[in-house]
Amino acid sequence: MAEDAILGYLASHEEIPDSGKFASQHGLQQNDVVNVIKSLHGFRYIDAQDIKRESWMLTDEGKKYAAEGSPEVQLFLAVPPEGFIAKDELQKKLDPSVFKIGCSQAGKNKWVDMGKQVSRKVQHVEDKVKDLLVRIQDGQTIDKDDINSLKARKLIVAQTWKGYSVRKGPNYASKRKKVATDLTRENLQRGDWKELEFKEYNFNAKGPLADAGHLHPLLKVKQQLKNIFLQMGFEEMPTNNFVESSFWNFDALFQPQQHPARDSHDTFFLEAPSTTRQLPEDYVELVKRVHESGGYGSRGYMYDWKREEANKNLLRTHTTAVSTRMLYALAKQPFAPKRYFSIDRVFRNESVDRTHLAEFHQIEGLVCDRGLTLGDLIGVLNDFFSRLGMSKLRFKPAYNPYTEPSMEIFSYHEGLKKWVEIGNSGMFRPEMLLPMGFPEDVRVIAWGLSLERPTMILYGIDNIRDLFGHKVDLSLIKRNPICRLGID
Amino acid sequence: MPTVSVARDRLFAALGRSYTQEEFEELCFNFGIELDDVTTEKAIILKERHLEDDNSSLDDEVIYKIEVPANRYDLLCLEGLAQALCIFNGHEKIPRYTVANISKESMLKMQVKKETSLIRPFVVCAVLRGIAFDEARYNSFIDLQDKLHQNICRKRTLVAIGTHDLDTLQGPFTYEALPPPEINFVPLKQVKHFRADELMEFYKSDLKLKKFLHIIEKSKVFPVIYDRNRTVLSLPPIINGAHSAITLKTKNVFIECTATDLTKAKIVLNTMVTTFSAYCERKFEVEPVEVISFDGNSSVYPDLSEYNMEVPLSYITGSIGVPLEVDEVTSLLNRMQVHAEQAGLGGNNINVSVPPTRSDILHPCDVMEDVAIAYGYNNIPKRKLSSLKPLPLNQLSDLIRYEIAMNGFAEVLTWILCSKKENFEMLNRKDDKTTAVVIGNPRSSDFEVVRTSLMPGMLKTVGHNKDHPKPIKIFEVGDVVLLDEKKDVGASNRRLLAALYCGANSGFELIHSLVDKIMEVMGTPFVPVGNSAGYYIELSDEPEFLSGRQAKIIYKGRRIGIFGIVHPEVLNNFDIPDPCTFLELDIENFL
Repeated sequence: MAEDAILGYLASHEEIPDSGKFASQHGLQQNDVVNVIKSLHGFRYIDAQDIKRESWMLTDEGKKYAAEGSPEVQLFLAVPPEGFIAKDELQKKLDPSVFKIGCSQAGKNKWVDMGKQVSRKVQHVEDKVKDLLVRIQDGQTIDKDDINSLKARKLIVAQTWKGYSVRKGPNYASKRKKVATDLTRENLQRGDWKELEFKEYNFNAKGPLADAGHLHPLLKVKQQLKNIFLQMGFEEMPTNNFVESSFWNFDALFQPQQHPARDSHDTFFLEAPSTTRQLPEDYVELVKRVHESGGYGSRGYMYDWKREEANKNLLRTHTTAVSTRMLYALAKQPFAPKRYFSIDRVFRNESVDRTHLAEFHQIEGLVCDRGLTLGDLIGVLNDFFSRLGMSKLRFKPAYNPYTEPSMEIFSYHEGLKKWVEIGNSGMFRPEMLLPMGFPEDVRVIAWGLSLERPTMILYGIDNIRDLFGHKVDLSLIKRNPICRLGID
Repeated sequence: MPTVSVARDRLFAALGRSYTQEEFEELCFNFGIELDDVTTEKAIILKERHLEDDNSSLDDEVIYKIEVPANRYDLLCLEGLAQALCIFNGHEKIPRYTVANISKESMLKMQVKKETSLIRPFVVCAVLRGIAFDEARYNSFIDLQDKLHQNICRKRTLVAIGTHDLDTLQGPFTYEALPPPEINFVPLKQVKHFRADELMEFYKSDLKLKKFLHIIEKSKVFPVIYDRNRTVLSLPPIINGAHSAITLKTKNVFIECTATDLTKAKIVLNTMVTTFSAYCERKFEVEPVEVISFDGNSSVYPDLSEYNMEVPLSYITGSIGVPLEVDEVTSLLNRMQVHAEQAGLGGNNINVSVPPTRSDILHPCDVMEDVAIAYGYNNIPKRKLSSLKPLPLNQLSDLIRYEIAMNGFAEVLTWILCSKKENFEMLNRKDDKTTAVVIGNPRSSDFEVVRTSLMPGMLKTVGHNKDHPKPIKIFEVGDVVLLDEKKDVGASNRRLLAALYCGANSGFELIHSLVDKIMEVMGTPFVPVGNSAGYYIELSDEPEFLSGRQAKIIYKGRRIGIFGIVHPEVLNNFDIPDPCTFLELDIENFL
């Protein structure tokens, strides 16, 4: 009703200046008019401007007097025109509050004599208070003194009246179209889509959360690294063997048995199965000899090499244990160059903190060929790391028992504005390669790094436990970009 | 990696110049050590005591904490570090260490008793004569023993060092192993006598020493060293006797290293004597001690002989990958504390003499590494191995394809060729002849143009799958071709991504979510309209979509795509009875 009235009125009029007046003129409820205006405005049928007015409203007491007359008049009328009425008699005739207020006001107005006996002083009075109240109720204005006296008697209170002034909107029509939130199959079937009016869509917000699958960021990075290795001609090594013997993990790499890495502080040794069942005996003998007394041009470490130490099982501390097995198998064949890589789990007996875990992923690459040089190592590292977006590299001399020369790899971090260590590399020692049976001019260059560190840098994660393990933040897994390593 | 703390100013004095921190870090980097931390004695003490207040009586000398390679025992103190760096800088020559030439008769003797083989069989000894200690040198002498104990000595299990004021003792000495109750002496820092078994009990509450007790605790006999007057020098590897304790005034130092590993004992002894012989009256000279085994075998220590190797030049240059002449290699090696000279006139081999300080050199590969370090790792020209580079566009397409599939969309693969009508009219689009490549000799109307959008193929797919259960969620990543003035042939490909939802409802919000997802996986933030740091969407007005339910996608200020409810007329053109929302965007913008 209100909607038709408004749209209809605007068809022939420029403006509805005051919604309140419009409502009373058309006999409409104020609330209905306001709601319709809001809705029409939302769909831009109309433009509505806020307007407000200060006005006076009757209090409950004021409303009562507007209907029943003021107390002083009620009291005056209860006094007989002639003669007297006893005061207690008069009190009985009137409501207690009317009596009380009426006595005081009628007295003040000098309408009656107040004593034990009450009598009129004048014969005729006007109920000015009632008149004023009725006029306010009708929205008429009255003068300031009257307002003040009514206010003082708490018969009226001030209120702000809010309403609208209304004009045609950009989508004005004399009749509203059907409103829909979406196009449905029924709309198409009925063909009523042409009349559909769509609720405005909020293009300034994101859509609802999609229900989707997600891959782990660490494994996304792993996948990209794997692609990079494959593009560089590297073959993946089988690394699905976490349990390893000390022999393959350390001894075959020419890592002496007293080396600190072989402490229980660093390595997980096993209670079951505690020792390895078999090792290639001929090769073990050669490894023992190179540790104890050298050979192949080396002095060796000159200590008593113990088979029991080599037999001890452990959880591999590096994937180089697998590389060693692969190289040993390779050396058994007529020589052919190889490039190997792996990305898999390794274990360290470390206390867990923001940057350390007892298990993490090692990335390893190695090249085995005749006549390789440090220049080749530096070249392959530049190729590899520049694919990871790290093209500014430099190398620091370092120590590692099984590589000589050894180089720590540093990359310039543009964000941190400094050189950060990103990995380790080197040439495997002849004491490691020659007992395997490789020809003397065959060299192996290799490098390794953790998968976690570059991933944390890439995804801006500063606590490794947020990334990997059961304390992971699931929303982190659901909200992360694709890994673009090797693309840019 | 072990860390050595040295006073910066003393180090710089020894290096003959001062450095800025950056300069010193650069020197360390090139040599293969690392400045790990810069602190002060004061800061260290305050930290240890958990204090914060400033106690100005403490020393605020700057301390450098330097990380050294685990096999360079010669670098475990200031003297060794300074010497190595001076030689590396070419300011000093490599010292020649000598054993004093004294007769066997006048040599101090150490007699080894058979029982020691039950617990700690080896001992090696030497004497530093006429040493001049000051407080700094003395502290360094003590610190070096600590560092050696922690590292090569494997917490004293392999080797333990005892140093004594020789003038308080009288040789010959004996190295024995006795039942603990028979050993009785005043240990270092104590005033009363202890029996060895009582002493072990006593040290159980000593924070520093208790961790060494296990090495001999369970043995029936304890190793012990006496002089000729039965003065106890030490109860290795636990504690020395108080009697022979060295002081700042000590002039002659007797050093004994007891061990379970003879090779390491020799290295430890050599490290101690070579380092501190620099402070002896006769610089770099060490007085030998004869160690006589119970079986009569005699050895004289220290063994300061140099280890000789003949290394072919070709091995060195061939491993490093830099052509170097013999004299270049020898001078590089001399900077690494390795004596080297050409083997024979005009020879291509290099005679290398490894001094006793460089126990880490085992093989010519270690020599080769030193050449490479002195040459500078970062000066070696790189050689690139063969490798392939993938096409970034295709790699990116694949990664996006996986993400969209993970969002529950099935991949379709539609034809590049279509009819003019499908590409334009049926999409409510006008052909202004500026976009599509037109085929001159089509065999049928199906192959008139090369698509300029993935939309017709996707809609045809839905139209032909009317019976498929709803909703249908499909996507395609593929190329379209556009006329292009800049290309030699006048046309170029663009890689587009399209996704479509079809169901009882339009799925507009669902496709909106997919847009957000694609932007998220591309690492692009959602930004307010007008901001070019990310993406936002804006109401669009294209004829193929329903008015009010379509938006263009703005990425870094560029319009890269659009999505919207497909216009019912278009749906009708493709004979689709259900509402659809379609998304198309150009993924080349993400490269």
